[in-house]
Amino acid sequence: MERAEAGATEVTRSSPRRLVLAGAVLAVLVAVPVVLGAYPVTTMTRMLAFAVLVLSVDLLTGVAGLPTLGQAAYFGAGAYTAVLVGLHLTSDAMAQVAAGLVAGLVAAAATGWVAVRARGIVFLMLTLAIGESVHQVADTWSAVGGSNGLAGMPPISLFGSPLLASGFVYWWVLAVAIAVFAGVALVVRSPYGRTLRGVRDNEARMRALGYRPALARYGVFCLAGAVAGAGGALWVAQARFVSPGDLGFEVAALALLSVVIGGAGSLWGPCLGAALVLLVRDNLSASIGGHGPLVLGLVFVAVVFLMPRGLAGAGRGKGPRRGRGKGRGKERPS
Amino acid sequence: MADVLSVRDLRAGYAGSTVLDGVDLTVPAGGVVALLGRNGAGKSTFVHTVMGMLKPYSGSIRLGDRELAGAAAHTVARAGVAIVPQGRRVFAPLTVAENLRIASTRGRDGWTPERVYELMPRLAERRDNRGDQLSGGEQQMLAIGRALLRGPRLLLLDEPSDGLAPAVVDQVAELLEGLRGEGIAAVLVEQDLHLAFRLADEVAVMQKGRIVHRSSTADFRADRARAHALLGVG
Repeated sequence: MERAEAGATEVTRSSPRRLVLAGAVLAVLVAVPVVLGAYPVTTMTRMLAFAVLVLSVDLLTGVAGLPTLGQAAYFGAGAYTAVLVGLHLTSDAMAQVAAGLVAGLVAAAATGWVAVRARGIVFLMLTLAIGESVHQVADTWSAVGGSNGLAGMPPISLFGSPLLASGFVYWWVLAVAIAVFAGVALVVRSPYGRTLRGVRDNEARMRALGYRPALARYGVFCLAGAVAGAGGALWVAQARFVSPGDLGFEVAALALLSVVIGGAGSLWGPCLGAALVLLVRDNLSASIGGHGPLVLGLVFVAVVFLMPRGLAGAGRGKGPRRGRGKGRGKERPS
Repeated sequence: MADVLSVRDLRAGYAGSTVLDGVDLTVPAGGVVALLGRNGAGKSTFVHTVMGMLKPYSGSIRLGDRELAGAAAHTVARAGVAIVPQGRRVFAPLTVAENLRIASTRGRDGWTPERVYELMPRLAERRDNRGDQLSGGEQQMLAIGRALLRGPRLLLLDEPSDGLAPAVVDQVAELLEGLRGEGIAAVLVEQDLHLAFRLADEVAVMQKGRIVHRSSTADFRADRARAHALLGVG
């Protein structure tokens, strides 16, 4: 019998307790600019934008079973597009997010059809290659600033009013991040989400039920690209600058690390992981002699050994991580 | 009666090796054919090849008038073939209800999860339990229910008694007997001869990738010497 794995971090039904908890978290997030200064608020804004990227990685890795190192490419496509829109067309925040989303979607649609034919380590390497190729293009193409990136983007505006205070930019990024999170959660709970989990857990069985797994994977790859693109647009809404460093391997690796730390497939866990990773990298690192990467490595090792299901699965025992062992999705007569 | 499944000179195997070496088999509409044979004879390979999960080297697989040899599994499934795989292979992280809904999305011919629940009340009781929280018998019922939701013309049952306690096998047998009135043709691969004889109209015996005997179940049971020669039992 293809035995069950833990899956405790799976997105599950809403319960009153969960809704209350979500409401409390939301209230705290909304209150951030009221109680904290400008610097922590900009840090939180970056965390939210990065969490949207991580959400796209979780959609692929945790829900569809496609561990990826390529989402930074679509994040970068969204970021560059939003900055270009901001520099040359409009400072409207909604237009920039829409443009970033479409850029991520188009880039994923153009590259995904090849990638989704592979699984496991081959898929991981293909997405790494896509990410590195896009990074190389950004690093060398003068039209997008080459290694200097693009700077000088004016502040974003909403309904014609520029958002000059960091708190307003934070609220905008928070609102979009919540909308994206809700959209992704709805997809995961929809029949399509069920199809993705079925493909992840037993591809051969889904074929025998009349599904085409490659199409399902391509769809989620495009969707994840769009989500990452929106994340990129949110990233530059606060930074007003983009450079090749924003879509490099380090970003892709940190996003995947956030998913592992947070608990693949739970959506909210990886968002928490994203906050933790950025906190260590950008804030704690300076106060510990620049040893942030070392701390992240230790956190990773600790999570793997102590919380195999990540933060989202903490307290549910040390059962095996949702397995994707050899031969997963394959069936052969005995 | 017209044949639902008509297989001619089917050859298939793995990585160049030949497991099915010219199989001929027909299944009449509404009929149940038990495919018997020793381990390694090619029974499960036959089922997987018909389902499109293994591409044949050559030969013909016709479902009614439609040629399906070499077609992808999703095409075969949409044509009206469903499989209850060996080992059940339910989706462990999904609930019973989700396991059924994932099959009923593309279901047809009046099969709905509610109808499956009526047929198998035990599944209704456990509809919110995950697949891996079910007993072996419940998982087998779920696998059968999932296959029925495809509205199949042909059901491929690969060792439905595998790993089940005798009392549970009896429950599964009752369930499958109850389906006889639905007019679904079936190929039953089974090591448990009592179950095979109870459910099948006809018996086909496979040896070394070929069908070497075909008769009615009653005739097969009547000749113990032949059963012993073919299967080593009787």
